[in-house]
Amino acid sequence: MIMIETLLWLVGYQLAGELISRSFSLPLPGPVLGMLLLFCTLAARKSVPDSMKLNVPRFLSHLSLLFIPAGAAVLAYRDLLAGFGWQLLVVLAASTTLTLLLPGLLLKLLLARHRHKEEA
Amino acid sequence: MNPMAAVEVMRTSPLSGVFVTLLAYKLAVLFNRRCKGHPLSNPVLIGVLLLLGWLLATSTSYRDYMKGGVMVQMLLGPATVALAVPLYGNLSRLKRAAGPLAITILFGGLVGIVSAVGIGWLLQLPQQVLLSLTTRAVTTPIAMSVSQGVGGIPELSAMFVILSGIFGAVIVKPLFSLLGMGDDMVLGTATGISAHGIGTARVFQLSETAGAFAGLAMGLNGVVTAILVPLLAPLLH
Repeated sequence: MIMIETLLWLVGYQLAGELISRSFSLPLPGPVLGMLLLFCTLAARKSVPDSMKLNVPRFLSHLSLLFIPAGAAVLAYRDLLAGFGWQLLVVLAASTTLTLLLPGLLLKLLLARHRHKEEA
Repeated sequence: MNPMAAVEVMRTSPLSGVFVTLLAYKLAVLFNRRCKGHPLSNPVLIGVLLLLGWLLATSTSYRDYMKGGVMVQMLLGPATVALAVPLYGNLSRLKRAAGPLAITILFGGLVGIVSAVGIGWLLQLPQQVLLSLTTRAVTTPIAMSVSQGVGGIPELSAMFVILSGIFGAVIVKPLFSLLGMGDDMVLGTATGISAHGIGTARVFQLSETAGAFAGLAMGLNGVVTAILVPLLAPLLH
């Protein structure tokens, strides 16, 4: 029963997210809006329901599984990808690395200054 | 008994799509443990390779596979919502660092767009590919709709998202260890900005805090990118 309750929460909030996103033509997909809504709800009620406390960590520990079908799409689009060859791989690798590094360094710097200010 | 009928069932039944996906994942996780969690043995990377091997060996089309694959993929929605729970668990850290986080995610969204398009432009990729690259760093549903809106190719954008996600998931830990950037919040936020959900799944294995901030950064960078790309895209025309 505890799993059912968790699914009711998660699917319910996703559905609410989809409804709001479509009704107001927001640029956010339903699940992301659902995440923000659930976060606000948890913050308002100041606790996580027992069923989710138990099941959500288990569910999220297998998050990788859910991306495997999307990866198989390479099969359908391999010609399209092969057409642009090595340039694409360079772009994706370099851009992913830069987008990890620069924001990471900025946050490290900002947090250090922030802590410094709090201590002062 | 008709052996051809059995082969046909394996190729086209939704059940076999579900089974093969679960099996590929299970084997990938075992392999990952065997390699003591080496970044290159990433479960998404290995799982996708195993699955592609199976589809090619049985000459199953992506369309036939997805009759079952879609049932696994459907759980991505509830899983994204579930990221709110670990995020709530980090509420006090989140509150203390709200300012720096907001600035970092705004900046990161811009870096994600400009780096992909800029490097692609230097390498003389065609305009439609550049437009499809704008959404490289965000989660697939946002990437596809935003890319279509500015004249990119949605399917190509989805591929860029997935390939960068896998690449980011593989390199993030070695890269950040090398630079001595071990803080869970920094690691998680950077991963969510650059490598969306696939990166988030990776850093969850490292720590729940890193996973929580990755999930938040992924969602907010999605918003930032969805707003910035339509504003910046006219520059490419």
